[in-house]
Amino acid sequence: MATAPINTNVRNFVRIDSCLCKGCKVCVETCPKHCLVIGSKMNQLGYQYARFEKETCTACGLCFYSCPEPGAITVYRNEPADREDAE
Amino acid sequence: MKQLMKGNEAVVHGALVGGATHFFGYPITPASEIAHAAADFFPRTGRHFLQAESEVAAINMIYGAAGAGARTMTASSGPGVSLMAEGLSYIAGAELPCVIVDVQRAGPGLGNIWPEQSDYNMVVKGGGHGNYHNAVYVPNSAQEMCDMTAHAFDIADRYRVTVFILSDAYIGQMMEPVEIPDSVHHAPAKPWALGATSETRDNLITSIHMSTADQAAHNWKLKAKYDQMEAEITDWEEVFTDDADTLFVAFGITARICLTAVQRLRARGVRAGLLRPKTVFPFPRTRIAELVDQGPVREIAVVELNDGMMADDVQLAAPSVRVHRLNWLGGQVPTAEQVLEMAAQKAGQR
Amino acid sequence: MIKHKKPDAFYDTFERKGAGQQTTHYCPGCGHGTVHKMIAEAIDEFGVRDRTIFCSPVGCSVFAYYYFDTGNIQCAHGRAPAVATGMRRVHDDAVIISYQGDGDLAGIGTAEIIHAANRGENITVFFVNNAIYGMTGGQMAPTTLIGQQTLTTPTGRSAATDGNPIGMCELMSALSAPVYVERVSLGDGNRVLKARRAVRKALKNQIDGVGFSFVEILSPCPINWKLTPMDARKWLIENLEPAFPVKSFRDTGTPGAVATARAARDPSGPIPDDEMVRLLGSQSEIETIDRVTGLPEQRVKVAGFGGQGVLSAGILLANCAISEGLHATWLPSYGPEMRGGTANASVIVSEESIGSPLVDEPTTLIALNGPSIDAFEGSVVPGGLIVANSSLIDREPARSDVRYCMIPASKIAQDIGFQGAANVVLLAAYAAIEGFPAIDILRRVIPHALKKKNLVDLNLQMVDAAVEFVAEHPVAAPSAAPLPVR
Repeated sequence: MATAPINTNVRNFVRIDSCLCKGCKVCVETCPKHCLVIGSKMNQLGYQYARFEKETCTACGLCFYSCPEPGAITVYRNEPADREDAE
Repeated sequence: MKQLMKGNEAVVHGALVGGATHFFGYPITPASEIAHAAADFFPRTGRHFLQAESEVAAINMIYGAAGAGARTMTASSGPGVSLMAEGLSYIAGAELPCVIVDVQRAGPGLGNIWPEQSDYNMVVKGGGHGNYHNAVYVPNSAQEMCDMTAHAFDIADRYRVTVFILSDAYIGQMMEPVEIPDSVHHAPAKPWALGATSETRDNLITSIHMSTADQAAHNWKLKAKYDQMEAEITDWEEVFTDDADTLFVAFGITARICLTAVQRLRARGVRAGLLRPKTVFPFPRTRIAELVDQGPVREIAVVELNDGMMADDVQLAAPSVRVHRLNWLGGQVPTAEQVLEMAAQKAGQR
Repeated sequence: MIKHKKPDAFYDTFERKGAGQQTTHYCPGCGHGTVHKMIAEAIDEFGVRDRTIFCSPVGCSVFAYYYFDTGNIQCAHGRAPAVATGMRRVHDDAVIISYQGDGDLAGIGTAEIIHAANRGENITVFFVNNAIYGMTGGQMAPTTLIGQQTLTTPTGRSAATDGNPIGMCELMSALSAPVYVERVSLGDGNRVLKARRAVRKALKNQIDGVGFSFVEILSPCPINWKLTPMDARKWLIENLEPAFPVKSFRDTGTPGAVATARAARDPSGPIPDDEMVRLLGSQSEIETIDRVTGLPEQRVKVAGFGGQGVLSAGILLANCAISEGLHATWLPSYGPEMRGGTANASVIVSEESIGSPLVDEPTTLIALNGPSIDAFEGSVVPGGLIVANSSLIDREPARSDVRYCMIPASKIAQDIGFQGAANVVLLAAYAAIEGFPAIDILRRVIPHALKKKNLVDLNLQMVDAAVEFVAEHPVAAPSAAPLPVR
């Protein structure tokens, strides 16, 4: 499994396309580092979608593989620290 | 030089000159010799033969092979064709080309292995669920078993339909001299097929149309195709129809018997004629109507080894004329004299 | 850098209902999407997208073709392994995936999956087992657990009524041909990663030509199980896994016997057209003659017991007719009776086209044994001919209105040295009596008709002996009715 980034200027994170999430929570429960949560907002499909919240992501990919939707989750590793905000 | 061979063997010769590359079959009397000959000839000519676990599997192997672009076929008899009904419907829906030979036996159920023409409705009207038709050729000799099978592959590819060779136990089992055509047909390019290449990656073989509008459009497209087939490939043979007031209509084995019957009537001075459909879908209904409306035909005798299935189509084509139904069932095949006796008897019943 | 993203083997958008859609039609928490993703990722990884053909089944995954950017074919319920087989015989290099649910594979399609597996088809089968029929709203599947409530087992599946859940991996591993059989689970993250490895291996096996691979995936159906997605995963681990052990059943890693045998086959493709025409065309040229005299229609019944050469005598006669430029039909007695007991062949020879090929009123009966003359004597037309094998028939015909020839065909054949040719003796006797076929033609056709060429001389001696016998023994004429005009 991937280890936490050493370079503090880069980090791992998970991008969840809120429009594609069906709110099943499988990623939330599967993440060993508890990085994901279900938010309170609903998307256009009517689901409360998952959000990436914590910085402890190891980019292990368990959320990606567990997620039933093809394109809802993208996992980034060692991205520049400002990357997520730019999305 | 003509060769003596069974109609069933002639099918395989015809298939090979017709460009068939894949045969999937399941044995059944009286069609098994087709599988036997295919198992012999296909592999040693670099083609493929596979004995399926059932007719259900065979027709689905055909669905796959046809979807992959091959000229493919199977052969069976009524009980096997019944099992293929599902696959035939899918093949029609997905517009795949293939050739099926039905060597008819007596039914319903297991029936017996002697000739009937009682798969007419199943094969001519479709057989499976939904709005569709098969092109149906009806050979009356071993030579036509060969020629029509060869031709069937071109028709199947031209219209992307199932083409049936609707034969019977006698036509399949009997040996006759056959001249094998000396040129081999080949499949046209099939850009719609699954070629396992980048060019064909976008292709989809399916019969699903989820929206009612799409399904309706698809079904009307199929209907237009069947209408086009009627205009282009309807085929029949006429004997003595110029001045016939009594018209015999028969196909396959019974057409041969009727030919003898008509010749005897002519010898007795009776103005009898014969119309032998070579396709029963599309059905030569326009020609039958013409003969009745514009010719001297006063009555029609439809001679069949079923309880009058084609007679229904003849009556529809010619509603104004009396259509006699001369039927034999159970595998009993009449002689020409028996046909004449029954014709006289029916004519006297008016 | 992106570590995990939507695989390229998925379409960008899924145009199932309107343009631009990017989500699947699967319910929240369904396992299908997860399995799809593993497959798509493996297709990407192995670089086989162009040559992949994905077989969509009937069931919830019926619309898989909206997702996979590969060749796609939608199959009838349960028939995908047969469809895959058909495609496999056309394209050696295609990567063919059969994706099936439990109703599809373990119910309606059991015959197709078992036989495709048994043939060792080089395909990959992904079997998604969620123990229920999803698309139709939650009925019993063949894999539904005992006690599990479904729409068609409202009080729970009962072994007494429905039997026990069926273990497909167990069935697969009872066959010798499959090279890889494994059951995996989507119960939690680690199980999912194991499942991913199994999916990769199953696809790699096919690409490497190793053989038939079968991966069963225990998958949650939260909606029809009436559980939340997470509770469904818990239920899966606690209930499905004990009933369906998660393990590798077989993993040979090397090509199976079937794949090896297949690879050893001659790969030569279709033969050239001219070669085909030569092969199918006449293999033998027989010098033909044209008859000058009108020949009455010959309706010949040849009858005897199986093994006497009844059918082949008929074929010989029909071949002679062709050589004389005549129409001919030959019709065997066929079906169960041809395997033992009596056999008969109907041969009609005519200058005109022939109607029914069945001879029910023969002009000539060639009877090889006693039962044959008993069975068919009565059907011979008045004035007709009976040629009977007096070696085996101890009576003359009872009919007084037919001509007949009693010839000890079996004894003549035995004396010449091949008792099996009594049929030729009888046929030659018929020819000598009726003047058809011409003896000369018969002698010319025999070498072409015989499969065993070393018997040609013996058979020609049979002809000579028969001709000699007929010359010395005039045919018995009818005593009662006058000869009909023939």
